[in-house]
Amino acid sequence: MGRNRAHKKYQAVVIGGSAGSFQPINELLEALPRGFSLPVFLCLHRLKTVRHGFVEALSIRSAKEVREPMDKEKIQGGIVYLAPSNYHMCVEQDDCISLSTDELVNNSRPSIDVTFETAAYAYGEGLLAILLSGANDDGAEGMYWVKEKGGTTVIQDPEECSMNTMPKAAAKHAEIDYTLSYKEIIDLLIKLTV
Amino acid sequence: MFIEELEVYEIEKLTRFIEETFHYDFSNYAMSSFRRRIKRLMEIYRYTSVDDIIHKLKKDPTFFQEFVSEITVNVTEMFRDPSFWKELRDTILPEQLDEHRRINIWHAGCSSGEEVISMAIMLDELNALDKANIIATDIDLAIISKAKKGEMALKTMALNQENYEKSGGVHTLDRYFTEKGGMAVIDPRLMQNISFRKHDLVKDASFAKFDLVLCRNVMIYFNQVLQNDVLKKLHGSLFRFGNLIIGSKESLIWCDIANKFVVVNNEEKIYKKVRD
Repeated sequence: MGRNRAHKKYQAVVIGGSAGSFQPINELLEALPRGFSLPVFLCLHRLKTVRHGFVEALSIRSAKEVREPMDKEKIQGGIVYLAPSNYHMCVEQDDCISLSTDELVNNSRPSIDVTFETAAYAYGEGLLAILLSGANDDGAEGMYWVKEKGGTTVIQDPEECSMNTMPKAAAKHAEIDYTLSYKEIIDLLIKLTV
Repeated sequence: MFIEELEVYEIEKLTRFIEETFHYDFSNYAMSSFRRRIKRLMEIYRYTSVDDIIHKLKKDPTFFQEFVSEITVNVTEMFRDPSFWKELRDTILPEQLDEHRRINIWHAGCSSGEEVISMAIMLDELNALDKANIIATDIDLAIISKAKKGEMALKTMALNQENYEKSGGVHTLDRYFTEKGGMAVIDPRLMQNISFRKHDLVKDASFAKFDLVLCRNVMIYFNQVLQNDVLKKLHGSLFRFGNLIIGSKESLIWCDIANKFVVVNNEEKIYKKVRD
């Protein structure tokens, strides 16, 4: 872990999280500086019946706009795209977002694997992928594809996670570049991308 | 666990072969989810490359039907997005019924028919089922056969009931279904005014005019070029002042002919055709 990647030019960030990730994500969004210019794709497991309120909850303390994208929405830098409830969020190679109502993946829709894998194809080595606390193994296959396509993989330290199944599964299936506390992840994110 | 790479040029090779051989055009499907569907098919049949799929299709053309079934997405539920169905029940249907003696409805991309049956139930509760003429179409013949049966898996009925109640339904769905062979089977009376047929939104032309067109979560599988084309067909299939309804996360904003519609309800993605 911890290879020197300072020379890399990142084009996008994907973040996945489930049980126990809400607080770290809130702090991460709060820490993003106003001038942060990359698109961020955020995939969190959530209740399908709760259609509203989540965006607002995440936006309150962030300088950046958090938005649930519409299908085929053009990707813009500096926006945080939150996978809508009951849809998979796919990143297309022609600079837009597709949504899908495909089968559940890992019992989840949205599934972190779907967002990570499609973003890996779209951004290749320009992708920084962060997987946080969670209680199932969604995201492990996605992290494999991020690495396969030359991107950078970061997991929250399982020692710190309130639910560590997710980062542990990722570490088992994919090569992980950085294993860090969420405070360190925030520092790394700022350092690598601003 | 992880299937091999699947690059764009391989997918294009497959779609070219299918276009030439079977005259189905998947070339403008949204790439990311289309790739996932192909990968899924390869996992199920243990193929290691698109050449394996092409080989199988050459050897056994009847396999194409299975291919279509696997590639198209058939995830649906009754009264999906209940707040939309409530709007339909409270506002859209009463207005349409007020203005017309008969109401013509098209479910474009009907899948296994859950939304078609939801519509029939709602019309029945508005005492308007006998005024309705419902056409339900899909690209996948196998799913149409399934839809025609009007059967729901029993395990889905709790969710269907929950959605139905949130949509303003005041009964239990039991009154419309009987249990048979482990399935909930719809009362045939509700299916009387529904006709199912095969229609490919990509290749086939418009075939009639409607007062109400539902095409929810179908165009999300297309890229923007194809969305534009299909929207023109849907527009051409609507009477003036007819309603177009798309999925709650879809938008017309990016389409060429968006200005021929006005927004009736932005949250529920209900539009009205105002110009020919």
